[in-house]
Amino acid sequence: MKKLLKEGPKVVNIGVEQFYLDVKTQKAEAIVWDWKPPAASADLLARLKRIKGGN
Amino acid sequence: MIDLEKANQEALSRLLAAQPLIVGMGIAKETVPGMKDKMLLHAGPPLTWETASGPIRGGVMAACMYEGWAKTPEEAEKLAASGAIAFDPCHHHHAVGPMAGIMSPSMPVFVLENRTHGNKAYVTMNEGLGKVLRMGAFGPEVIEHLQWMEKTLYPVLKAAIEHAVKKGEEPDVKNMIAQALHMGDELHNRNKAGTSLFLRTLAPHMVETCTNSAQLAEVFRFIDKTDHFFLNIAMAAGKASLEAAAGIEGSSMLTVMARNGTEFGLQVSGLGDRWFTCEAALPDVLLFPGFTREDTNRDIGDSAIMETYGVGGFALAAAPAIVQFIGGTPKDAANYTLEMYEITAGENSMFTIPALNFRGTPTGIDVLKVVETGITPVLDTGAAHKEPGKGQVGAGIVRMPMDAFLKAAEAFADKYLSE
Repeated sequence: MKKLLKEGPKVVNIGVEQFYLDVKTQKAEAIVWDWKPPAASADLLARLKRIKGGN
Repeated sequence: MIDLEKANQEALSRLLAAQPLIVGMGIAKETVPGMKDKMLLHAGPPLTWETASGPIRGGVMAACMYEGWAKTPEEAEKLAASGAIAFDPCHHHHAVGPMAGIMSPSMPVFVLENRTHGNKAYVTMNEGLGKVLRMGAFGPEVIEHLQWMEKTLYPVLKAAIEHAVKKGEEPDVKNMIAQALHMGDELHNRNKAGTSLFLRTLAPHMVETCTNSAQLAEVFRFIDKTDHFFLNIAMAAGKASLEAAAGIEGSSMLTVMARNGTEFGLQVSGLGDRWFTCEAALPDVLLFPGFTREDTNRDIGDSAIMETYGVGGFALAAAPAIVQFIGGTPKDAANYTLEMYEITAGENSMFTIPALNFRGTPTGIDVLKVVETGITPVLDTGAAHKEPGKGQVGAGIVRMPMDAFLKAAEAFADKYLSE
């Protein structure tokens, strides 16, 4: 914790880019991973897996 | 149980083996299968006059006046709303059309033949930029220009193509696309190189068949200033190639993506000619001066065939200069291409990208990969004004909406898990 307060945070932001931009505005080190929850339902993804020969 | 990988590789290999050539020109009603009098073909999935977007309505009104079915825009609108005109997607007639994609019975069309598989595809001539029918404009200058294209441009090109065909020198569109990718085109929103190659290929035949030098000069000047002239031809090449990949049992590869300004629609090789549709996206465009984002119509045009074919937005890495027209940076352009490898069945054997060490373009969109990754196809496209008669407002990037892919994936699972 002391290290964090002394050196400042290094942020990995997953998803909404605005959170990353806010951190960057504070001049903190940050990267963003453009991630979204799957658009397909779990049921559809499971069915597609079966078509591909999975369980 | 199907062998998905095998089916997709079969569809992809048929697409890659296609050899689209320009084999002729003709008048739509005498040339395009199923074209009838008082019929207008349009871009995208099926629509009605009631659901038609502004640019489609404007294009329909222009076509009614061009055909002589109406004298004024008001008469044309009344006629179109009366039910006296049949509307049908270009795709139902082995055809494609950019933006509104209106093809009327008297319009001249290019005929392309896929020499490998024997099927044909049809497309109108590109009108140029600005206030043109395909952008929904219908003023007197639009109709006059269409008449000029029919009376002056068409005869010169038709004679030249027939001359080339007679000599066994059918213009090889696939070869031109491959070369254009090495000259900075991505073949959707930048066709400067493709247009130049087309003109260079056909020029000797034009000179050998046209004795009227003034007419010939007019044609050369028009094509020279119409950087998108090659787009239509490349689209028909895509259509002729993709039709050969349709109907492969068990394949989840797309054979059609198209938008009509209201809806986006797609077709999947292993699901026949069934459309899967949803609301069309709103393009994020670099606007021409004087327009606002609120002026922009929803995404429109059969030109999404270019990305389905493995170029356009999928080949943005080949076209760094295009960002001046569509926005962003050359790095953004390269990143779009790299992302598209995640959702395609393979890489192109003929279309390569110098900036990616001559890697083949991502080709053969797999609907299942789109749904699984959440990555939707990216297009770089033109955008029309949402009101009829206003023309183009800009150009930019647009993602195809996920809902149609979800519907197709559900149908794919329904069909192939029950077998």
